[in-house]
Amino acid sequence: MDIDVQKVAMLARIRLTDDEAAELGPQLSEILGYVDQLAAVNTDGIKPTAHPHDAAMPLRANVVTNDNQRDALQAVAPKTESGLYVVPKVIE
Amino acid sequence: MPFSSLSHIQDRLNHGETTAVEVATLYLDRITEHNETLNAFVHIDHEHVLAQAKASDTYRAKHAPRALEGLPIAVKDIFCTQHGPTRCCSKILEGFEAPYDAHVITKLKEAGAVLVGKTNMDEFAMGSSNETSAFGACHNPWDTSRIPGGSSGGSASAVAAALAPAALGTDTGGSIRQPASLTGITGLKPTYGRVSRRGIIAFASSLDQAGPMTRTVKDAAMITSVISGHDAGDATSVADAPELDWLAACSQKDMKGMRIGVPKEYFVEGMDAEVRASVENALKQCEDLGAELIDISLPNTNLAVAAYYVIAPSEASANLSRYDSVRFGHRCENPEDLLDMYTRSRDEGFGAEVKRRILTGAFALSSGYYDAYYLKAQQVRTLISQDFKDAFEKVDVIATPTSPITAFKLGEKTDDPLTMYLSDIYTIAVNLAGLPGLSQPCGFAEGLPVGLQWIAPAWREDVLLGAAAAYEAATDWHTKVPTGFGGES
Repeated sequence: MDIDVQKVAMLARIRLTDDEAAELGPQLSEILGYVDQLAAVNTDGIKPTAHPHDAAMPLRANVVTNDNQRDALQAVAPKTESGLYVVPKVIE
Repeated sequence: MPFSSLSHIQDRLNHGETTAVEVATLYLDRITEHNETLNAFVHIDHEHVLAQAKASDTYRAKHAPRALEGLPIAVKDIFCTQHGPTRCCSKILEGFEAPYDAHVITKLKEAGAVLVGKTNMDEFAMGSSNETSAFGACHNPWDTSRIPGGSSGGSASAVAAALAPAALGTDTGGSIRQPASLTGITGLKPTYGRVSRRGIIAFASSLDQAGPMTRTVKDAAMITSVISGHDAGDATSVADAPELDWLAACSQKDMKGMRIGVPKEYFVEGMDAEVRASVENALKQCEDLGAELIDISLPNTNLAVAAYYVIAPSEASANLSRYDSVRFGHRCENPEDLLDMYTRSRDEGFGAEVKRRILTGAFALSSGYYDAYYLKAQQVRTLISQDFKDAFEKVDVIATPTSPITAFKLGEKTDDPLTMYLSDIYTIAVNLAGLPGLSQPCGFAEGLPVGLQWIAPAWREDVLLGAAAAYEAATDWHTKVPTGFGGES
């Protein structure tokens, strides 16, 4: 299978150098070629697994369980200012 | 003492024959001596370890000891710990310090354990050899030119060489059991939903589970009893999981009346002949212990690796989208715009295997391919689960090899990702079905450890522990230690 590696990489928001793309292309083709054996399996009427034990998503009361931890959480951010995350300008 | 079991150290502490500080000092000295050779630890803070040990001794002086009082436990770099770095052995988490402890870390602390550093692993737990770590490869103490297995390679190497008496790992497709097998120790992957995943850096959320890596079966039970239990902070942690008497399960001495299923699909061409001989010999011993061996079939076994390499990368590509360099993690220098910031930061931060998995997943989930890959794989997963359900109508537990091969040489498989993926062929189906699995040492092939894998129905870790404890009591494989690491006790 031919895969447009640069297109997939853009979907995943990873920039690939040409060298990386040249190496990853055939590797992805090989991996996907291997998993293509799934196509031959008859799965008509088989329910896809969502949770291994088919457990229902639990509900909990909508209550506050922790305090404001902004300072602690932002301490690990690459760039903040006045309690806000700073990123390159998005709107001109 | 370094090669003592956790429970033996506990006895000595309880009898006042040693102190937590003495025990911690012993292992810290061993880490100083051997870690350069093994690269099992990627972070160690001596003062912090000793402070915890001292606090435990103080606690013991005034109170009854808690479940893991004063016992040193190493944890994989995938667990968020408030103290020290948490990097998942990735460059993208360079400098990251978790603002909170993982739920299991809180549980260990509450039980009085002394946390000893962070252990090496494949980057984001993606690998079977520990070679994808941003901190370099980890080495197998049985032969330092070989891999310790992965992804919890550092935890395995640390326990096998007695740099710590026990460790925590995580297992998404075999990452506790396979390295345990390759280093001659015991590793338990609990039932999916038994142990909270909160604060464990996510790889594939429907497969990931944390568990112990130890010298004995009882030690594995001691730790699992502490870390398991419902956590409202993890929506996949199961609230009504059956409670077990973990330690009582380990007192089993024989296998009378036990029906052990031996799946023919797990004894196939491509497996090492000596591995096969060791496992067959172990099964014979189980028979001698009173078990009945029953040939079974798990007909969809051959599809497990393919299904896994759709499901795990798909979930990984979604989970790892959080590394956007906005809230945490590496950010590239002077980004031109937002897109440049995302794409360049992620290219610089992620290693080759992680990129391979993210891209595989992004492709499988992309428009037009979802039904053919992800949906199909989840249906095949149902078939694989059904195989196990059918088998457990006839048997109590299933026994297989943990890995088709012993530890391979560093660098031997790094150029061929698909061959590397196939080394998890015996462990992956257990994760897909969410079942508990345990690997324990059962022999050697050309001087390298071989593991026996036990698989039980969901929530029946007691069956695994019982079978493994009986086998352990009748054999001495678990007492073998690698030369070169001062193993005399």
